[in-house]
Amino acid sequence: MATTTTPTTSAATSSAPAPAAPGVDVARAVRVGAIGSVALAFVAAIGMLQTFDNRVVFVPFLSLGDVIFFAVPLVTGYLAGVVPPGPMGGTPRVSAARALLGAAIAGVVVAALPAVLIATLRSDLDLRRTFPNLSPGLAQILTLGQEGAAGYLALLAVCVGLALVGGALLLTEERMRRAVVRGVEIVLVLALIELIARQFLGNLGLGALHQRLYVTNSGLRWLPAVVLFVLFTAVSYVLAGRRASARERMLRTGPERQRRSLIVTLVLAAALLVMPMLVGSIVNELFVNVGLFMLMALGLNIIVGYSGLLDLGHVTFFAVGAYGMAVLTSPASPGFAPELGWWLALPIIVAMAAAAGIFVGTPVIRLRGDYLAIVTLGFAAILERLFISDWLRPYFGGAQGIRRIPGVSVGATTVSGTDPRAMLYLTIGFVLVAVYVSWRLQGSRIGRAWAALREDETTAQAMGVDTTKAKLMAFVAGAMISSFAGALFAAKVGSVFPNSFELLVSIVILVIVIVGGMGHIPGVLLGAVVLIGILGGPRLPGLLQEFQDYKMLIYGTLLVYMMLMKPEGLLPSVRRTRELHQEEFLQDAWFDKKGHFTDDPDATGAEVAVTEASAPPIAGDAADGTEPR
Amino acid sequence: MTATDPPRTQAPSLFTRARRRLTWVDSFLWVIRVGAVLLIAWGLIGSIQRFTAGLGPTGSQWRDLLVAAIAFGAMYGLIAIGYSMVYGVLGFINFAHGEVFMSGAFIGYFAATALSNGGLWQSNPIIAMLLTLLVSMATSTFMAVLVERVAYRRLRSSPRLIPLITSIGVSFFLQYSFLGLFGATVRTYPTLPPFMTGNIDILGVPVQRSQLLVIVVAAVAMSGLWQFVTRTKTGRAMRAVAEDKEIAALMGINVDRTIVTTFAVGGAMAGIAGMLYGQLYGVSFFMGFLPGIKAFTAAVLGGIGVIPGAMAGGVLLGLFEGVGPLLILGGLGIASPSQLRDAVAFSALVLVLIFRPSGLFGEAVGAEDRA
Repeated sequence: MATTTTPTTSAATSSAPAPAAPGVDVARAVRVGAIGSVALAFVAAIGMLQTFDNRVVFVPFLSLGDVIFFAVPLVTGYLAGVVPPGPMGGTPRVSAARALLGAAIAGVVVAALPAVLIATLRSDLDLRRTFPNLSPGLAQILTLGQEGAAGYLALLAVCVGLALVGGALLLTEERMRRAVVRGVEIVLVLALIELIARQFLGNLGLGALHQRLYVTNSGLRWLPAVVLFVLFTAVSYVLAGRRASARERMLRTGPERQRRSLIVTLVLAAALLVMPMLVGSIVNELFVNVGLFMLMALGLNIIVGYSGLLDLGHVTFFAVGAYGMAVLTSPASPGFAPELGWWLALPIIVAMAAAAGIFVGTPVIRLRGDYLAIVTLGFAAILERLFISDWLRPYFGGAQGIRRIPGVSVGATTVSGTDPRAMLYLTIGFVLVAVYVSWRLQGSRIGRAWAALREDETTAQAMGVDTTKAKLMAFVAGAMISSFAGALFAAKVGSVFPNSFELLVSIVILVIVIVGGMGHIPGVLLGAVVLIGILGGPRLPGLLQEFQDYKMLIYGTLLVYMMLMKPEGLLPSVRRTRELHQEEFLQDAWFDKKGHFTDDPDATGAEVAVTEASAPPIAGDAADGTEPR
Repeated sequence: MTATDPPRTQAPSLFTRARRRLTWVDSFLWVIRVGAVLLIAWGLIGSIQRFTAGLGPTGSQWRDLLVAAIAFGAMYGLIAIGYSMVYGVLGFINFAHGEVFMSGAFIGYFAATALSNGGLWQSNPIIAMLLTLLVSMATSTFMAVLVERVAYRRLRSSPRLIPLITSIGVSFFLQYSFLGLFGATVRTYPTLPPFMTGNIDILGVPVQRSQLLVIVVAAVAMSGLWQFVTRTKTGRAMRAVAEDKEIAALMGINVDRTIVTTFAVGGAMAGIAGMLYGQLYGVSFFMGFLPGIKAFTAAVLGGIGVIPGAMAGGVLLGLFEGVGPLLILGGLGIASPSQLRDAVAFSALVLVLIFRPSGLFGEAVGAEDRA
């Protein structure tokens, strides 16, 4: 599951002349196993296993807690045998002995810390005052309910057994491996979206199908799960044969790509139109939240993704939108209450957000990027304090906020939070507008100025780009798009409180943009669906309530993981990927030219030349004074 | 641009364009600068008037505020050193440094509680507190080095924003790991022994002993650090690496090890601050976030990369946020100004960057910083 797909590794497919397979790497197995052991003990000690044990994903025997528990030795066993890519970029084939023996060693090591944990839990030590999440129930999970020494054996058997499965996976062909991972992912997602599936199938008149596949308020039944897994694995195995290599896909641009994305867009649009009809109000509300975060993430995407400016206080613009709407429309606004209509107030709010963007951006416009990050964070903190303060209570209501915000009048009806379906359509409308604006901006003159700015500010300036204007324009555009989210939020909830605009929201938006793919609209949208839909925002519940306490932990982990392993995001933009992996691209091109390790026979010299010439420089390496490589 | 008379229209148009572009941002900044000065002056005058009229805090209350602010500032200064040193060497804001501080305070709390249960805290408080301090320092040092090893080391050569975003992730990971492991309750250190509570007279000024302790420990730690950086070989290596990594490597300095040392020293200072902060205000998983950002502000205020600047910046920021709300906002007639303490601290950051981005003791911002 944790396989990384950098172009370097994908370049080394089977056709590469494999160097001699190295023997069992005991040191690596122990090291990987130790990391796995710490990870398992950690998720156990923070109470994740127990909390997630309540959600059964594969009825009757596998809970989400078990899935997490089992995933650790599985991944560890897989990683124990992996040969790290050498300087020449090739991954040698792994011998069966290396994979299985390494996996077994790693499995034993993984079991070590959890075993210690079980022993402590069974002893008389009172640890709960220090570690509130350590309870006897945890030992039950780790030992699979066995008592005495059998418990330790059960733990060991699970760890070693699953590690061996992971090791065996390493021996299979890469295409098969990917197919299996894809199959597991799809089945897991299907199991987790039981609520959506129930409403969806129920409204389609397929309630019986739901009954066959799922158990209500739980997960998939095990037999359909196995069948679906086999089905999806087979399908992705077959499809993988027809798909171009990752690198080829990344290099592919032009009409073909556009045609494809058009088809995908049309299908998605049709789904968007029909979907709100087929699900209930809880799910619709969930999607409204997703839509609001999409708007904010699209706004941040212009600032971070297009222009490469790190804005850590993006919630400011959301807050300006929401408070602006509240003051302008609510009759209960304590100070100034013009009681405008929603649509009339909207342009005023957007203008206010644009002004806020200029105000936040200007002080640091000539300073280095990290100052910008901290100042935006500072502004968000100042704004939060001001909204909550007694000083401005006569205008913004202090901690009580502003209530009685009317809904959005559309034709004869008024859309508000009481009708999530209508709200969802409205939100989708605004998201579409934001997507269109983002898309058009990206290719426009200012969009290209942003790209130049992101890649190398000094060069951009030398080429005649007005960097001050470009930076401020990015802030203005991002702020305007995000203020839509604030305006919709005010109408949806009907009231605004200062604590809806805490700093964590900014961080969550940043995670969405980064996980999805900086500078790539579909990526950002996907990021919002996955993260907000499943985990939820800082104060908004997602589909899985169990994640409530672990959201921010997961967001933080995701941020680190993505930065270390896949900085271009899950759905990367072609250009961003090239920037971030420029070195690898050049290396691949060099290898191709030399005739070593040619991964695809079609790679002609001309293509190589294109790669080399079109790979843009990584953002200001020389100019920033960072160490050249 | 009209094309009727190119030589006459083009030259001035380029010139005016350049001028307009400059003056636009510049004039905005000047408006803010003048506005800020006027606002502060207005607030000060208001406060003085209120004071002479017998309104607002009394003289002794102001004095207490001042001492508390200095103690707070000393802690900010200790944390700021970590930011400043890492920024000097690697050129990015280590957001997770606030959590390094938090971890030291947290584990220090457990050590102190254990010592208190064992009786040493009561029978021999000085040794117990020193032990606690050592535990805090060790924890924070370990944490800082661990974070460097796991997260930052392999990002040395990536674009600048990448390690910054990573450090934000690390920060949240650590915060919520501590929440998950130890729960959300605010825990308080065992009470200080009687001879450390109450007031002591220094030059006729009564000072709370616990605050005096903070100031003294911070001063000792600072001077120790200064000796280390200026007198030892490792310290010289650190300064050399901060100056120019490549040339330092050519001169035979082990850059990797020096960077680790930098993180370790910054972590140790944060650990000291953590223990001091913890025994005054208690520990919780969230305690590192705001002090962390404020300490960064202090580092910028003093001139980032300059070690004495970090300390001075810390004290200044402590004063600004401790006294500023009452002195300036109170003078402006704003209700309950103490609520705006954090807002004042962050305004200080914005103002520093507008007035003097290189900080008080930093060199003028070079071309590379403007990039």
